[in-house]
Amino acid sequence: MSTEQALSAAVLRSDRFRLEREADWIRLEDIVTKMEKGKSKRLSDDDVLALPTLYRTLLSSLSIARENSLDAGLIDYLEGLALRSYFLVYGTQTSFRRWLGSFFGGGWSRAVRAIQLDIWIALSVMIAGAVIGYILVAGDSDWFYALVPGGLSEVRVPGASAEALRGTLFGTEDSDGLGVFAAFLFSNNAQVAILAFALGFAFAIPSILLLIHNMALLGAMLWVFAQRGLTVDFIGWLSIHGTTELFAILLAGAAGIHVGRSIAFPGARSHLKAASDAGKRAAVVMVGVVIMLICAGLLEGFARQLVNNTAGRFGVGGGMLLLWLLYFIGFGRERRRPGA
Amino acid sequence: MSESKAVEPWIRRSANPKLDRIMVTPEGVSLNVTVAAAGARAGALALDIMIILGLILVVTIAGLLILWGFGLTIEGNGENARGPLQILAVLWIISVFLFRNAYFLYFELGDRAATWGKRAVGIRVAARDGGRLTAEAVIARNIVRDVELFLPLMFLTSGEASGTMSDLTAWAGFLWVLMFLLFPLFNKDRLRGGDVIAGTWVIQNVKKNLGDIVAPSAAQLLTDGAPVAARYQFSDEDLSVYGEYELQTLENVLRNDQNDALEKVAASICQKIGWEPGSGDERIFLEAYYTALRARLERSMKFGKRRKDKFSTHE
Repeated sequence: MSTEQALSAAVLRSDRFRLEREADWIRLEDIVTKMEKGKSKRLSDDDVLALPTLYRTLLSSLSIARENSLDAGLIDYLEGLALRSYFLVYGTQTSFRRWLGSFFGGGWSRAVRAIQLDIWIALSVMIAGAVIGYILVAGDSDWFYALVPGGLSEVRVPGASAEALRGTLFGTEDSDGLGVFAAFLFSNNAQVAILAFALGFAFAIPSILLLIHNMALLGAMLWVFAQRGLTVDFIGWLSIHGTTELFAILLAGAAGIHVGRSIAFPGARSHLKAASDAGKRAAVVMVGVVIMLICAGLLEGFARQLVNNTAGRFGVGGGMLLLWLLYFIGFGRERRRPGA
Repeated sequence: MSESKAVEPWIRRSANPKLDRIMVTPEGVSLNVTVAAAGARAGALALDIMIILGLILVVTIAGLLILWGFGLTIEGNGENARGPLQILAVLWIISVFLFRNAYFLYFELGDRAATWGKRAVGIRVAARDGGRLTAEAVIARNIVRDVELFLPLMFLTSGEASGTMSDLTAWAGFLWVLMFLLFPLFNKDRLRGGDVIAGTWVIQNVKKNLGDIVAPSAAQLLTDGAPVAARYQFSDEDLSVYGEYELQTLENVLRNDQNDALEKVAASICQKIGWEPGSGDERIFLEAYYTALRARLERSMKFGKRRKDKFSTHE
């Protein structure tokens, strides 16, 4: 029986409605199935161009069918197909490369500027943490052992001699194994930064605690070196990678605080809406944090051992800091960049 | 967009109606979606973890094989072997980091927005507001996974290893991290922490085939030119005993086409409308009744009158 015959013979108007349109639906289903299987390259240009039109036709068919047909099987089918093609039409259409382009081309620096307030909060928390660590250890050097985990400090302990401490700063450590060390540092730091961000979900308090704890450790260490007059050398040793690494941790903590703050004080939006807005912004910052930590791992693994004087270390560390600041403050300023 | 009411017409859709939601497309059409159950989520996650562990194992074994190959060629010359050894170690650390973090990203950014584990159980990630699922959202939901999953695992393993789990504070800490893991059980949309932050949810895939016309015989003609179904004529009273629910049940029976079910339903309809049940012609009878009932219900539907089932006296 041909379609025309079937049409004229169909008793129910809703069946005629279906027979008139089912060719389009089947074509759409075919396209959708191919795309879902990752074979979209095999689709003809006609099919690709037809997808949005077929999708909208299907939506209107669905709306009509809901009002006019009691064929539950048909409506189920239309619902399912509409959902499947909806996901393709409104899928994640950016390719990875295009997304990366827009990310470096201003998306990252804009996201960082958007959480400015949280960066200031995180910065003050970090400074406070370092000061607390320093003051605690200065008051009672036993605090050092409470703050610094054992493995980190065989030599760098209160009461160590200036020579021993100087050795840790300028020691000609085995320059082999630097690559492994850098990779390990990166993986470790990245996991800590991700943690600092993810903990922001619990109203930002764990993020703040994590920042304070890490910086208190630094403050305690600083006191040990300050006791032997090595403050400047220590800061130099730290700054070569520290400007990048601490900046990254600052951003990760700020991203966590941003999310936590939005959940706690959503303003006029709903809690869920506020959380997802903040989360997406913070996610962009976090991708940048991982990239910064890769740089920091390389600097720590290679450059620190290769540049063995304080002036040079300040030069590299300061240069990196300047670079990051220039990028975050100056880059991607225009609101509407073509193609961004 | 998550009201817990199905779009009209009223259809029984999922096993657990509590998980049925409405998502409004940018065109303004509401689509029925079903939130993935917690069990499906856990199953998908378990599969994914096994796959990740498997990938790490493969990379480790490959690394060891390469190492073994080097050991054969450089016959105990330790100094020369250090360079390749380090490169291998670096590659291993980086690939483990990538497996742990990029596996979910890569697959959820694809066309099907689902990892292998999610595909296997038939679920996918979607934006909660019905808009586009952005790369930022996928990144955000996966970054938080670290706290939800790996933190409790780390807590448990490190705590047990050092035997501190008897400590009260350790237990309190463990309960606290467990809260993140069990978060999906405490909200109706089964959102985990990452879903909250990313504005996403996980829903079930649907794949339905276009069935045939339910009652094709109604359109067929006998040799004398009269429609087959014309053998049966139903009065208004005969058709007024049922509503949409019964129509759908009848539709299912006709689609499944099981002889004993057809007989049973035909008998009960005959009893209801006071006909004498014949035998051997149940399918034609039911198709005729179905067509007549659907025509009647669809006609009143046009005037905005719906009748849900036989108990409602809407008409």
